[in-house]
Amino acid sequence: MTEIQPASGVADMGGDSGWGQAPIIDPDEAVFPEKWEGRAFALALLSMRLSGSNLDAFRHAMNRLDREHYIDDGYYGRWLYGAENLLLDSAIIAPGAVEARAANIAGGDVDEPPAPESTKPDYAPTAAGSIRQIDAPRKFTVGQRVRAKTMNAPGHTRLQKYTQGHIGTVTIAEPAQVLPDTHAHFIAENAQWVYTVSFDSRELFQENAENFTLNTDLYEDYLEAAS
Amino acid sequence: MSKAQSSSDRIPMNLRTEALEQLLVERGLVDPQVMDTFIKTYEKDVGPLNGAQVVAKAWTDPEFKQRLLDDGTGAVAELGFKGPQGEHLVVVENSSAVHNVVVCTLCSCYPWPLLGLPPAWYKDPAYRSRVVREPRTVLNEMGLELPKDTEITVWDSSSEVRFFVLPQRPSGTEKFSEAELAALVTRDAMVGVAQVNA
Repeated sequence: MTEIQPASGVADMGGDSGWGQAPIIDPDEAVFPEKWEGRAFALALLSMRLSGSNLDAFRHAMNRLDREHYIDDGYYGRWLYGAENLLLDSAIIAPGAVEARAANIAGGDVDEPPAPESTKPDYAPTAAGSIRQIDAPRKFTVGQRVRAKTMNAPGHTRLQKYTQGHIGTVTIAEPAQVLPDTHAHFIAENAQWVYTVSFDSRELFQENAENFTLNTDLYEDYLEAAS
Repeated sequence: MSKAQSSSDRIPMNLRTEALEQLLVERGLVDPQVMDTFIKTYEKDVGPLNGAQVVAKAWTDPEFKQRLLDDGTGAVAELGFKGPQGEHLVVVENSSAVHNVVVCTLCSCYPWPLLGLPPAWYKDPAYRSRVVREPRTVLNEMGLELPKDTEITVWDSSSEVRFFVLPQRPSGTEKFSEAELAALVTRDAMVGVAQVNA
């Protein structure tokens, strides 16, 4: 099983400052501006299957990257490093194999580690995709006030830190889905209801924040009733 | 990564990607032609032209528009649009009263079947971090100035729900055909960082 590591470092960046000016839109941008980006995209999709993992494990494999690996080579850079993490976790490739092969492609002459015996997780999803049919009644209803919990447990989560501890209102009852927090670690699907919750910007940030509404789709386990 | 590499001995990404591809292909674990197919699909077939068709149909067919707002996933499937990152679609409508804008602060979740793969600006840390804190300022910096009395609603993806913006139909397009309307609709308007202009 994947070693459980802190949920996310740099990836959970909602509400953070320090990232500079908003980006400039390039309407003519290529889908893959560099050829390797397309190869990395395809390799990552295939690595999820090869490693016996899943989309949530892949997201966690990226969230485990340090800032340099997450940011410096862009979106498909982190996809490639994330894919490598999955392949290393399941021992599809040996530590150091990619670096050694890269050195040899570049004209070097270094020993490459042999392919290891794979150790894929003993875990399979009960169905394709993330949506599940469940019988459990919904804990919350549209219009109800809820608080996003504070998550301190190590491991994967999709509860953004900027929402944690804040109160909002359920606005949409969404379909039941597998819980990323356990699915990413091959523990259980924990299929459960999801709710889009609406927060006032001044509840999330400070009184003098811009005035707007923030909606986000949160799993039932992330929420508790608020009065 | 467990192996600490300093920036100076960083392997260029084209080389690193080629190395991983070689390692997997030579053991028969990956078929390069399957990789080619994935790449070509998102370069040629699945992109914002899909979303533009949906928007143009919604602008010209009130019943379709109602189905789209009630059950986005089902409505776009009528046009053949489904697939990865399109399990459950929620469509939100822009008006002069409310402007919707979509982000995924945690990664870069995006409705692939309608818009293809996300553009650079959507994946930019400045967009991801700031649009949930100061959307009006971010939209201004990106060239969209909204009237002061237009309310802003930001949608941040956490689960597999994908959000899609139905932009406002521009005035002066009353006589446009569906195809002419589709040609006006940009990717950026369907995420909510731009409006559609005639």
